[in-house]
Amino acid sequence: MNEIVTLASDFSIADAGKTAIFGYLVVFAGLAILMAILYIMGAFFKSKDAKAKEKKASEEAAKPEAAVEAPAAALAPGSAGHVKLYDVPDKEAAMIMAIVADKMQKPLNELHFISIKEVK
Amino acid sequence: MDILETLKTLVGDSGFTSFFADGGWKNLIMIVISCVLLYLGIVKKFEPLLLVGIAFGCLLVNVSNFFDPSIGEYGLSSENALYHPELWSAFLDESSEFYHSYGHIMKEGGLLDILYIGVKTGLYPSLIFLGVGAMTDFGPLLSNPKSLLLGAAAQMGVFLAFFGAVCLGFEGNEAASIGIIGGADGPTAIFLTGKLAPDLLGPIAIAAYSYMALIPAIQPPLMRLLTTEKERSVKMEQTREVSKTEKIIFPIIVALFVILLLPSTAPLVGCLMLGNLWKVCGVTERLSDTVQNGLMNIVTVFLGISVGATTVAANFLNIKTLEIIILGVIAFGFSTVGGLLVGKLMYKLSGGKINPLIGSAGVSAVPMAARVAQKEGQKANPTNFLLMHAMGPNVAGVIGSAIAAGFLLAVFG
Repeated sequence: MNEIVTLASDFSIADAGKTAIFGYLVVFAGLAILMAILYIMGAFFKSKDAKAKEKKASEEAAKPEAAVEAPAAALAPGSAGHVKLYDVPDKEAAMIMAIVADKMQKPLNELHFISIKEVK
Repeated sequence: MDILETLKTLVGDSGFTSFFADGGWKNLIMIVISCVLLYLGIVKKFEPLLLVGIAFGCLLVNVSNFFDPSIGEYGLSSENALYHPELWSAFLDESSEFYHSYGHIMKEGGLLDILYIGVKTGLYPSLIFLGVGAMTDFGPLLSNPKSLLLGAAAQMGVFLAFFGAVCLGFEGNEAASIGIIGGADGPTAIFLTGKLAPDLLGPIAIAAYSYMALIPAIQPPLMRLLTTEKERSVKMEQTREVSKTEKIIFPIIVALFVILLLPSTAPLVGCLMLGNLWKVCGVTERLSDTVQNGLMNIVTVFLGISVGATTVAANFLNIKTLEIIILGVIAFGFSTVGGLLVGKLMYKLSGGKINPLIGSAGVSAVPMAARVAQKEGQKANPTNFLLMHAMGPNVAGVIGSAIAAGFLLAVFG
């Protein structure tokens, strides 16, 4: 760090160029290391999730077939039923419904969506 | 009582007379500028929460503080002024008996001098970061860590503007404060400038917030210039779900790593991550709610008005301000270009799976820059939803600009 302080106290255009490049590299290096840490963390959690899913699947497979399928959950009060989604993930569907309600200036619970389909 | 004498005294003491005194016309110009800023904030809705306060602070200081050559070295004063630049010059002057004397400021200062202490100490920007952290969802960044590289790339303008400012003859500390405008992060710009070049705080804060509000006008032409229609229409795949545990670990890891890397970032990064931890941990909802709303609003009141107070006519109306405004827009432009270029590189390396437009969101300015990326992407392909993908680089930009500020503070602080 001593070297940097000397740089600041005696500043020329060449020094400014060096400082700018060095600074940009420091930002890149810092965030690149952080990225590596996040990838490691992500990999750990992904493998943990995969194991949990495997365990759940094997437990379900081991259950006797006689187990009666649970009745479908009752709809929430005011619900108009399920929306059929064609090639649209849940999150995007929720976003679309919110945007439509916003554009129409209507509360979401007053709108009935039958299906959402991606136009390709 | 001598009515004539009293009238003479009243007229002599009034601010109206001061407009005709030495340099008083400059105050008049500043009052016009403050009215323009009020118009931009109220009518055009340019970052109104801060700009209205800054503009009114500018108005207040320029109707209460007039140039007075009889004062001496610092040459500015008014008994009834709300803000006294000469007190702050003495505060920063090592040879002055009031060097670093907050007591002197409290004793002699006006209302805005006292509020300004929060800017000088870096208190307000740090508290704003606490609120920003509590309002930010780092999920998109966690599900796509590559976004961090886009956040880093979009700091290009910071260092180019810094270099440009040195070439124009600014001191290193001033150049660093000007460069950080390119980080498109108001609190970071105020934090760094308050520490390195407090004399330039007014123009830098106004430039930073004005350009942040102008992002929808500044970025799209550059986006269209640097990307092809095919690149802009790329639809990105849905990213993975991020668990709550990951979200809780993230602020702790970032605080540990970034503060250990650059200790000077501690106030900003520390507060940003603490605010985020309060949001995601699930057991401090009251605190998260307070810092997002009540505290954020209170600090915004103080920050806006005290930044506006620094725009005293005699300090503000000079060629430096014009240079800062020009360098600021260059910084913003190059930061966008940096993000887009690395976005294009990622597009090539990923075999066309990454839309390069999300790179432009690396310039902080949450969530405005991400919205611009979404809008441009949708223009190229109406079924495109880039918002969540652009939020990753957007929040990475906040961390990136804090690191850039920390680096500049380490060098020039």
